[in-house]
Amino acid sequence: MTSTTAEIAATAPGERVIGDTVLAVEGLETVFYTRAGMVRAVDRVSFSLRAGETLAVVGESGCGKSMTALSIMRLIPDPPGRIVGGKVVLDGTDLLQLSEPEMRKMRGNRVSMIFQEPMTSLNPVLTVGRQISQALMMHQGMSRAAAMERAIEMLRLVKVPEPAQRVKEYPHQLSGGMRQRVMIAMALSCNPRVLVADEPTTALDVTIQAQILDLILELQKKLGTAVILITHDLAVVAETAQRVIVMYAGRKVEEATVEELFTHPRHPYTRGLMASIPRLGLMRSQAAQTGGRLQEIPGMVPPLFDLPEGCAYAPRCERADDHCRAEYPPYEEKRPAHWTACWHADD
Amino acid sequence: MASYLVKRFLLMILTLFGMSVLIFVMLRLVPGNIADIVFEAAGMVDDADKAQIEADLGLDQPIVVQYGRWIGGLLQGDLGFSYVSERPTLEEIGPRIPITAKLAGLALFFSILFGIPLGVISAVRQNTPLDYVLRVVSLSGLSLPSFWLALLILMFFVSFFGTIPIYTRPPETWWGELALYSVPAAAVGFRSSALIMRLTRSSMLEVLRQDYIRTARAMGASDNSVNYFHALKNAVLPVTTIIGIEAAFLIGGLIVTETVFNIPGVARFLVEAILWRDYPIVQNLVMFIALVVVVINFLVDLLYVVLDPRIKYAD
Repeated sequence: MTSTTAEIAATAPGERVIGDTVLAVEGLETVFYTRAGMVRAVDRVSFSLRAGETLAVVGESGCGKSMTALSIMRLIPDPPGRIVGGKVVLDGTDLLQLSEPEMRKMRGNRVSMIFQEPMTSLNPVLTVGRQISQALMMHQGMSRAAAMERAIEMLRLVKVPEPAQRVKEYPHQLSGGMRQRVMIAMALSCNPRVLVADEPTTALDVTIQAQILDLILELQKKLGTAVILITHDLAVVAETAQRVIVMYAGRKVEEATVEELFTHPRHPYTRGLMASIPRLGLMRSQAAQTGGRLQEIPGMVPPLFDLPEGCAYAPRCERADDHCRAEYPPYEEKRPAHWTACWHADD
Repeated sequence: MASYLVKRFLLMILTLFGMSVLIFVMLRLVPGNIADIVFEAAGMVDDADKAQIEADLGLDQPIVVQYGRWIGGLLQGDLGFSYVSERPTLEEIGPRIPITAKLAGLALFFSILFGIPLGVISAVRQNTPLDYVLRVVSLSGLSLPSFWLALLILMFFVSFFGTIPIYTRPPETWWGELALYSVPAAAVGFRSSALIMRLTRSSMLEVLRQDYIRTARAMGASDNSVNYFHALKNAVLPVTTIIGIEAAFLIGGLIVTETVFNIPGVARFLVEAILWRDYPIVQNLVMFIALVVVVINFLVDLLYVVLDPRIKYAD
């Protein structure tokens, strides 16, 4: 499975090649047992992902996108959390059926994750090289020396300058952007099939954000990794992903290709999200309508332990009627390959 | 770093100087000197003889002169003579130091050996019956006075094995020595191990919540690797501080323990010397203990640099 940098470099960085399905999530359901009662953090979420593809998962804080990611990795803290239903099929293997030692062999190896906080996501008392080589020694049975060599290669791949010196340094000696590059090097060191990136650029300077995103996309092309990109930033989605899932209160509310979603958003929540991002040019006409102000979505995400009877978005939705408040809308294909759960999607 | 070391060294000298003044003045503030005690014990009342003894020992001199003589001698390696045995102080203290050093070292070794792993286990199994048991044990370790624990251990040995594990003659083999010192070391080290355990536990609980622990898990690290490698390497940092402080505290605990187990170490000897107002012994021994404590704390500070790459002693 290991491909050297030379091999990777030999693959021409041309068009994206989208392959077969590598990951299929079906009816994933994760609950948390809290004092206020049981909370359904991920409520019957399904999606699939093909090799080389980038799937964006968007939504406000607390909508369940990070919990979906952690459920795929089976890193939900138990207690209080538990995955209670569904399947996470990676290359024909249901990860939820694996024993913990078997799952451990998958993590960092076949499916990897990078996190939002590069400043705190690396162990402060271990050298960068040690942290990258840890997974290589564990998953690929490399010797310490060989793993260190590969760690240097990986750092070169993520464009960290002077990689041979950097491996001996500690995280506090690196900037936030460099640390996120190290995280990416670590996550991709075993050439995983799926990379889950949970808000990988949120904590970074704006100038660094674009660099890190470009890097992820470039490596994705080289390695053919499928990426799940979790973000609340629709601008990031537009630049990077092929398909988008919009989540609200633990459920999928809309799913489409990026072009389709941005041109024909169906769910009022998605429209609200789009209206709340500042854009030049495109939004001029709309800005004129709203008196030059950005639109916000009124209200807050309802607490998950106290969801309304019908559509969870109804209390904040300007189109909500009695039907919305009474019954949760079915998740239907409203346009070709464009699914949404809204009674008013056709309005 | 070099200038830090120089500064640190000067500070150590200053600490020791302060300590010498303190112990010297405090000893003289305690009512009575050796002459008073000897005369009272013997029931003699000849003031001339008493004054003669005080003059011989230099106790009639002004306190500043006495202090100058002591420090002057100390700097030249002359520690003076014990008032009680009239033998050189060095000969009196010298043979006792290794005994106490072994006892304290063993106690510290035990407390680290048990304290750190049990602290990790307690943290990893937080709020399970095992955690509760360990917490109760550690709390009792902190609350039990070591002399009482020592007595309990002696009674336990007497009733179950029909023997008392106390010092009767110098051990001949190293395992004989180990067996002899193990029981008192465990008695005096219980407190330290309880303290180390509690600190390791709380430090681990703090570290296990950190993002980099989640990263380690996401990369496929096993529970043992996460707990004992990724987490413990961070959690052990505050524990080193306590180990340094406990090393000093052990001396206090040893005074009682050496008495209970009849061990001819320096701690018990120090108390006897204080009772006799045997100034040269007390002063020099306290200075020696102060030196050990100061050096241990210095070593702990240096250990930080090794354990935590973020710490650098800037000039």
